[in-house]
Amino acid sequence: MNLHDLTVSEAVRLLRERSLSSVELTGALLQRIESVDTQVKAFLTLMADEALLQAELADEALASGEGGLLTGIPVAIKDVISIKGTRTTCGSRILENYIPPFDATVVCRLREAGAIFVGKTNTDEFAMGSSTENSAYFTTHNPWDLGRVPGGSSGGSASAVAAGEALAALGSDTGGSVRQPAAFCGVVGLKPTYGRVSRYGLVAFASSLDQIGPFTRTVEDTALILQCISGQDPDDSTSIGVPVPDYVAEIRKDVKGLRVGIPKEYFVEGIEPGVEKTVREAIGQLQDLGMVLEEVSLPHTKYALPTYYLIAPAEASSNLARYDGVKYGLSAPDATTLWESYMRTRERGFGPEVKRRIMLGTYALSSGYYDAYYLKAQKVRTLMKQDFDAVFERCDVIAAPATPTVPFRIGERVADPIQMYLSDMFTIPANMAGLPALSVPCGFIDGLPIGLQVIGKAFDESTALRVAYAYEQSTDWHKRRPPLGEVAD
Amino acid sequence: MKLTREQVEHLAYLIRLGLTDQEVEQLQEQLSSILGYFEMLQELDTESIPPTARVISLENVMRPDSVDSSMPVEEVLANAPDREDDYFKVRAVLDTGSADVFEV
Repeated sequence: MNLHDLTVSEAVRLLRERSLSSVELTGALLQRIESVDTQVKAFLTLMADEALLQAELADEALASGEGGLLTGIPVAIKDVISIKGTRTTCGSRILENYIPPFDATVVCRLREAGAIFVGKTNTDEFAMGSSTENSAYFTTHNPWDLGRVPGGSSGGSASAVAAGEALAALGSDTGGSVRQPAAFCGVVGLKPTYGRVSRYGLVAFASSLDQIGPFTRTVEDTALILQCISGQDPDDSTSIGVPVPDYVAEIRKDVKGLRVGIPKEYFVEGIEPGVEKTVREAIGQLQDLGMVLEEVSLPHTKYALPTYYLIAPAEASSNLARYDGVKYGLSAPDATTLWESYMRTRERGFGPEVKRRIMLGTYALSSGYYDAYYLKAQKVRTLMKQDFDAVFERCDVIAAPATPTVPFRIGERVADPIQMYLSDMFTIPANMAGLPALSVPCGFIDGLPIGLQVIGKAFDESTALRVAYAYEQSTDWHKRRPPLGEVAD
Repeated sequence: MKLTREQVEHLAYLIRLGLTDQEVEQLQEQLSSILGYFEMLQELDTESIPPTARVISLENVMRPDSVDSSMPVEEVLANAPDREDDYFKVRAVLDTGSADVFEV
């Protein structure tokens, strides 16, 4: 077996048994990156030297019987999350040379658990996009079909895990940016409850929606990473002090009798017939596993997309005001006044989608339009949350497709913003309501992965993970690997 | 309803965003089409619905008002495009001469 095919849990066991060293494992992954990343292009910045140094330290800790839950495990971090001393670009020219002077809290927690960082992964600029095509640097390719997108915005993290370039990765999810690429790349991706994971050190996009979440090959690995990064943080006042359960133990609990809501609004026009069939089969399997299915209604689902594309850009237009060429980042060298410097810096530093969104958000917030757009969207958000509240009075989880289609071709949707936005139609509602939601591989169409989405109650990641684990253990989807690099290996 | 050139330029002015003529034209088209798509929200009666700004109820987080260590000045300034001594250096603030170009 190739070392890059190991799951986190398998690697943890081998490292603790001392039948594998972290230097061997990290070296193997760095070699894998060297052999496949010219095709996949998952990484914006590699941290090879630092990773090998950390691996040596991890081996010393393991030799003396010390170490945490992830000691010696190589992980990748989306380039919107700060690692002290390592360039963090957010996929933008405006931060091309920005070096964070501090670690994000999730990075601190992974360090404390013993994880090793192999690099920073590609993302749509400031996480605004669904394909990585909005990255100012390059587009990441889907390891299952290099002509297709990996999804986005965390497409670099998803494809890195799928391609065996990291055993796990972190991404961020504002409207589906973890779950949609997880579905497209055939890996597990989780967006935790809003407030479950600290966002300190995550570069802000839409602050009422952003959450950091893990990508891994298995549900158990996701539970393990979530365990390490969850919990309240004095540096993020929106993180909540709800106790963190032992997720790895929780996922093994029995699923018999759990009530699963199937929202009829997720099987409507716009979903590809093959995706619907695959997801319905997966849902049928939940019933075979002893869960009780019930058709439910989330009547405001179709309003999620316009609501999201008012609220998120409005918040972004405010958050991105900080890129002014004064404290860090790009600064137009030829400007003579401060005013001109602002205008030119932002003109050159931001790409088309970021410009579009901050313009849109500013419009929605501006005098005369605020009530009709931004306030209206916030009211519809209330209706969407009420929809979920009503369903969760009767159901333990909701099961639905993660995406309406299989991964689309690179270039296919770049000219039409609304077509691009539609690829997030099934992931946005969970962000609007702050709920935990994950995507777990549930089949393939012509070699392209499909994801089953499981949405849980607030702070009940455990039950969503438990349902996904029971499903995953009854299938072989998670054991498949992309055809990538078979010749080169 | 299509946004006028003046509307797009005014928005760009509000967020201090320089745009080329071509970008202004593109944004007129694209923003108009996206705003048209948002019209579907108007079919919902939300008269009596309160707005949601955040979904998880948050409480004020208090801490003692005590002096704590701060990030060293050199680290804070390490990313500065321009500096003088321990300050961020910016270009002339009061000379708004060239700003008039963007007033709309």
